[in-house]
Amino acid sequence: MTPPRRKRRQPRHLPPPPPPLPSPAPADGQERPRNPERLYTIAAGADGARAELDLVTLIVARSGPTPSASPEEAAVLRLCIAPLSMAELAAYLQLPFSAMTVLITELIAAELVQARAPIVRQAVPDRSLLEAVMHGLQRL
Amino acid sequence: MDFKGFDAFPGPRTEDQLPHTAQTAVKIVIVGGFGVGKTTMVGSVSEIRPLTTEETMTQAGIGVDDNYGSDSKTATTVAMDFGRISITEKLVLYLFGTPGQERFWFLWNGLFEGALGAVVLVDTRRLEVSFDVMGRLEERGVPFVVAVNTFPDAPRYPVEELRTALDLTPEIPIIDCDVRRRASSKDVLLTLTRFLHSLALSGSLT
Ligand SMILES: Nc1nc2c(ncn2[C@@H]2O[C@H](COP(=O)(O)OP(=O)(O)OP(=O)(O)O)[C@@H](O)[C@H]2O)c(=O)[nH]1
Ligand SMILES: [Mg+2]
Repeated sequence: MTPPRRKRRQPRHLPPPPPPLPSPAPADGQERPRNPERLYTIAAGADGARAELDLVTLIVARSGPTPSASPEEAAVLRLCIAPLSMAELAAYLQLPFSAMTVLITELIAAELVQARAPIVRQAVPDRSLLEAVMHGLQRL
Repeated sequence: MDFKGFDAFPGPRTEDQLPHTAQTAVKIVIVGGFGVGKTTMVGSVSEIRPLTTEETMTQAGIGVDDNYGSDSKTATTVAMDFGRISITEKLVLYLFGTPGQERFWFLWNGLFEGALGAVVLVDTRRLEVSFDVMGRLEERGVPFVVAVNTFPDAPRYPVEELRTALDLTPEIPIIDCDVRRRASSKDVLLTLTRFLHSLALSGSLT
């Protein structure tokens, strides 16, 4: 019995150049975008502050709950006494991840929490980082 | 939204809190078809009870997918399992297990961006369900290893036959695993990390 076969794909050079803006468009103007990922990237890129918070950005409280805090804000300030990732916060607060990014963006602006930048936003993980991960896994 | 009181948000147990020294977190994504063992793998190596985070995919995000355009008028919630491994007192590794509906993985903004790499879990009874995700990882330049979860009644192929079928270059590791075992899941993650390290050494990770 032989397994089914796949065909390898090549890296695409992202991001593509932005599309030209409304030129004399076809009369109906209803044509669908061809590339879902690209559309999504543009939509997310419109909100710079949000895009910077990764699932694994660690959040730490700079203050205890304030009297004016909403229940969710108070919970974040209480839980982030120790560092917690955005993903964990969203899980504990039972909020969709994008709602969590809105909440945390506001708390960062109010200087109530601090985001510890994840290394992951750099293009290339360096060797010493990978070596640390290797050694850590070996100890498991 | 329901009102949620102070106690409605129990946080991590004290023993699950990260130390204050935690500075940096990295992530690895585990992908694969329905029931291939992603959740089991996250659970077998995680130091915390695995958690679930959700994202609501908007109509716009789903609707542009031509194959599903007609039946996707409402928002869909996608849940992602994840676990955590403390690497050092400063460095934390998170593992994300994707849901079975592969069409959503790449709409989750930022899931793969910045990931160290990915594990593609395959079941040899249904190899073809992983073809599309491998292609998408290649297109994005996300490095991955292939882990063959060895279910008892699954066909066994020699590794070179699998490599040919999956059209993988010789350097991409392919390993057998039983993700119910912590040691086996750990081995898969170590294989990925060693592979990433070799890519960094050869300068081909850009
Ligand atoms: N024999 C065997 N069974 C396994 C292995 N890994 C997982 N299973 C079983 O397969 C079933 C599905 O595993 P899950 O971890 O839930 O799979 P999943 O990929 O998260 O599934 P979805 O999230 O539904 O896509 C469970 O009953 C596991 O106990 C394995 O390595 N060997
Ligand atoms: Mg699962």
